[in-house]
Amino acid sequence: MGLLIEPPAPATRRSFFGILVGAISAVVGAMMAVPLVRFALHPVLHPGGAADWFALGSPEEFAGAAEPVRAEVSFRRVDGWRATTVKQTVWVTRGAKGGLVVLSGTCPHLGCVAIWHGDRGRFICPCHNGNFDRHGERLSGPPPRGLDPLPVKLEGGKLWVKYQYYRPLVRDREVIG
Amino acid sequence: MSAEPGGPPAGRGARLAHWLDLRLGWRQVMATALDEPIPGGSRWAYVFGSGLLFIFVNQIVTGVFLTLYYVPSADHAHTTVSFIQKQVTMGSFLRSLHAYGSSVMVLLLMLHLAQTYVYGAYKGRRELLWLMGCFLLLLVLGMAFTGYLLPWDQKAYFATAVGTNIASEVPLAGGFLKLLLRGGSEMGTLTLSRFFTLHVFLLPAAIFAAVAAHLFLFRKAGAAGPPRPADELRRLRVETFFPSQVFKDFVFGIGLILILGALAWRRPVSLGPVANPADATYLPRPEWYYLPVFQFIKYFQGAAAVLGIVVIPAVVVLALFALPFLDRSPERRPLRRPVAIGSLLLVFAALVLLGVQSEVQDRRDPAVRAKLVAQEEAERVYAAAPFMPEENLGPGSGAAASQPSALSPAAAKGALLFESEGCSTCHGPQGHGGGGLFALASLGRRFSAEQLTALVRAPRPDMQQGGMQPVQLQGEDMNALVAFLLAAQRDTASP
Repeated sequence: MGLLIEPPAPATRRSFFGILVGAISAVVGAMMAVPLVRFALHPVLHPGGAADWFALGSPEEFAGAAEPVRAEVSFRRVDGWRATTVKQTVWVTRGAKGGLVVLSGTCPHLGCVAIWHGDRGRFICPCHNGNFDRHGERLSGPPPRGLDPLPVKLEGGKLWVKYQYYRPLVRDREVIG
Repeated sequence: MSAEPGGPPAGRGARLAHWLDLRLGWRQVMATALDEPIPGGSRWAYVFGSGLLFIFVNQIVTGVFLTLYYVPSADHAHTTVSFIQKQVTMGSFLRSLHAYGSSVMVLLLMLHLAQTYVYGAYKGRRELLWLMGCFLLLLVLGMAFTGYLLPWDQKAYFATAVGTNIASEVPLAGGFLKLLLRGGSEMGTLTLSRFFTLHVFLLPAAIFAAVAAHLFLFRKAGAAGPPRPADELRRLRVETFFPSQVFKDFVFGIGLILILGALAWRRPVSLGPVANPADATYLPRPEWYYLPVFQFIKYFQGAAAVLGIVVIPAVVVLALFALPFLDRSPERRPLRRPVAIGSLLLVFAALVLLGVQSEVQDRRDPAVRAKLVAQEEAERVYAAAPFMPEENLGPGSGAAASQPSALSPAAAKGALLFESEGCSTCHGPQGHGGGGLFALASLGRRFSAEQLTALVRAPRPDMQQGGMQPVQLQGEDMNALVAFLLAAQRDTASP
């Protein structure tokens, strides 16, 4: 048998190649990882555009109302590759200082819609019995804060509202979309 | 199996390595993996197999990430690919890596196959290794075929329509095969689902298993070494897989990834307009690696079609599988195997010729040429247009006012109470549910008015768990609400 087996390369050469291969893998892996991470984070870094202003009607209509008035706002919301028409309930009522305010109907506890109960003079969330006064301030129940006021403006003789989502379950208001 | 007989080694890193080795035996695994002897030493000619593994990993990683946004359904697939291509950060780049990767994979397969063939490396108890390799070739071509449909644009749709029609030429089982592939007699959303399942679950699983078997069989048989007579081979120096061959494989693999990355970055793949099955004029053309077969089929018309589509390709594939059983001579030197090498060159020349011929025919026919140019132009226009999201109406839009007119006065009042009491918040307009809400299905058939009144006054524990609150309405209001619930959700039975 003329079998010639070359002794394994000296340890220093082997570990040098080992380190080289490891280093190249790390560099190429990192190069690959950057586009992958950016791809995966796209919806986090590019949240859908804010909702447009929605015309609720003339302010006189609401100013004359004795009780909070329920209104539905609908707006187009881009949800990834699809656009949906979202409907949300808002309440037009009077603020503590007497001016018109538009409250998000979404309860700041777990997101059910709070309903005005004229006979009891308060908003009540049907899910977990959160109670709010006619201005939207919290009276009782599990919600951590009052109903959330939405941005409003008067333009062309109409009352406009911009629907926003607020983080639930926290004491301080924070817009999340 | 640890190397240190005299207790734990010094140094924190070395101690950790030793600790792990006692539990994992990784030093032995590494030694087995890296010290594989290669007769004649490392060569650049051996890099194609590892290159295939590199690209396969690229396909897995990019493929998994693409499913973050892709939806395999006929009415969303194209929009989601368009979204990936035009909107998502790096989407066009990753999709291009995946699409070009598939071409590179087929190319490397051909090179790996040719190298094995020319070196006679299928000889000497390597029949199973060769068979597994041929099986992998079919699986990879299957991946290319199924993946091509997924973007659901014009060329994907029509190329696959032709491809699946080929199946119907198979004698006896052809009609059934086509139905099975398409999930129906026509191409549609079920075809897409099937191709997706094949592309993402079944074929990759088969490839994982076959690659494992291929590697096991390779290590069992040992590296074949250069094409020399057996006695000469025995006298050659032997080098271990690591470091020299590992380094060559790595340089090749990294080079491939870099070239692929540069290509995907500079010339991203395109996306055509959405598939329109009604467009009878679309001229489909397959990917480059299917062009020779596409051209070959043209020469067999009428009753002979089955020859070109099924019989001859089947014979070629069978001959490929059977090669180590047909060629029993131990001779591995290419120059001493004129029949083997001659037929390889012949097949290669025929494939190139067929591919070129297909291109030439398309260019010569002015009508075809004009149509192909127009199709390319349509694709360019679509690719350049901004992304348009799919328009959907929100849950329940328009439904609220549609039914109460058909209700009795009490039920109509109940409908208003259903809204004002906030019931619709959880149960949807009219209690139809939708969008994760709790639908009130066919209450009229399940409950009497008395039962329902009792239930909404005192909900069951499971209902309360879901957030249902006792309804506080009294007298007429409660009757109205119950009348509405029974009427709106009566299903077939009338209250």
